Amino acid sequence: MMHFTAPGLERERLAARLARDVPPGSYVNLGIGMPTLVASHLDPEQDVVLHTENGMLGMGPQAEGDAIDLDLVNAGKVPVTETPGCSYFHHADSFAMMRGGHLDLCVLGGLQVSVHGDLANWHTGAPDAIPAVGGAMDLAIGARQVFVMMDLFTRDGACKIVRELTYPVTGLGCVARVYTDRAVLEIAPGAPRVLETFGCTLDELRAATGLELAAP
Amino acid sequence: MELVDSFAAAVSGITPGQTVMVSGFGSAGQPVELLEALADRGIGGLTIISNNAGNGDGGIARLIALGLVDHVVCSFPRQSDSWHFDEAYRAGRIRLTVVPQGNLAERIRAAGAGIPAFYTPTGYGTLLAEGKETRSFDGRWHVLETALHADVALVKAHRADARGNLVYRKTARNFGPVMAAAARTTIVQVDEVLPPGGIDPEHVVTPGIFVDRVVAARTKAA
Repeated sequence: MMHFTAPGLERERLAARLARDVPPGSYVNLGIGMPTLVASHLDPEQDVVLHTENGMLGMGPQAEGDAIDLDLVNAGKVPVTETPGCSYFHHADSFAMMRGGHLDLCVLGGLQVSVHGDLANWHTGAPDAIPAVGGAMDLAIGARQVFVMMDLFTRDGACKIVRELTYPVTGLGCVARVYTDRAVLEIAPGAPRVLETFGCTLDELRAATGLELAAP
Repeated sequence: MELVDSFAAAVSGITPGQTVMVSGFGSAGQPVELLEALADRGIGGLTIISNNAGNGDGGIARLIALGLVDHVVCSFPRQSDSWHFDEAYRAGRIRLTVVPQGNLAERIRAAGAGIPAFYTPTGYGTLLAEGKETRSFDGRWHVLETALHADVALVKAHRADARGNLVYRKTARNFGPVMAAAARTTIVQVDEVLPPGGIDPEHVVTPGIFVDRVVAARTKAA
């Protein structure tokens, strides 16, 4: 594990940082896990409409108490709420919204992102793992823009931005940006461009990742 | 459309070895009472097409626990409480085909629409597209996916009218409309059946032509 002298950005602050980059007036799908944190940092002024792939646009916050209705859940099967102007639709329509290029942005978690923008996030390839993909592949190639939100290193210290994926592919060349606790990176021809670092310099980041990284 | 008065009667035509589509996303929209009636019949050798592979101890999970399911076609078998599937899978008692969720929905939709196959960008270059035909359109690679048919669809909706027109509730709609069209026989459980005209025709989600049999928890008098 690389030793940085200063701490990286903690998750809620990273979610807030990502939320600032969500285009105003956009239709957005937030993947299960870390990306769901982004929802509470969106400014109502941004007028973002949240999509959940199980069949709803205009999804509101998680439901509590009497508001819990088991017919109204998000993609993580957590009870959620309606917002004014929300709509329901069946699964084929919901995935047409992605595949058809209608969804502006999707934020996904990641196991690995390659410097070419390939994404692995559905399967570790472990022989005893039960494979389960859900909507990950559809979201990865369907949304007009894909951001990945993840830690830059695994607990074992392996960098999750890699030259070539070693985990099974979710989608090829689909990632636009990666938001991590150490840096925001844009996938670009040649080498990823570092837009911002957290608690480290660009040279420290290059040393820690072993990657060729372009300056902003 | 036939209105039946019990869940047992609703599933009486299902035979061993059939392929059964089951609506629902987790518990939302899962036709639990129909599945319980099917489990009570003890019909085996089933192939289940659904988004998940059962959770808890009821519904799809009970069919699996009883050893009645040979094969599950789904997008996401794993849940915190999918223990019956997990156990059967690890013991090699059940076959699993994982399909990306949008491909699953579209393959089911295609079956109902009479489209035998279609090209989709989803899954290209992944393990789930291995061995499938690919083709480039406008410089982008696509995978050929085939329609998914079923002998029977078990669907949960909110209300039906006497013609079998259906409306759903919130996100419990999920796979119901596409599955209703894709199966040779579609059996629907609803919270209530309304007299003709009880559903505004502008609000019908699944037209009754796709529905063969309806069973209700209660029926409103005309």
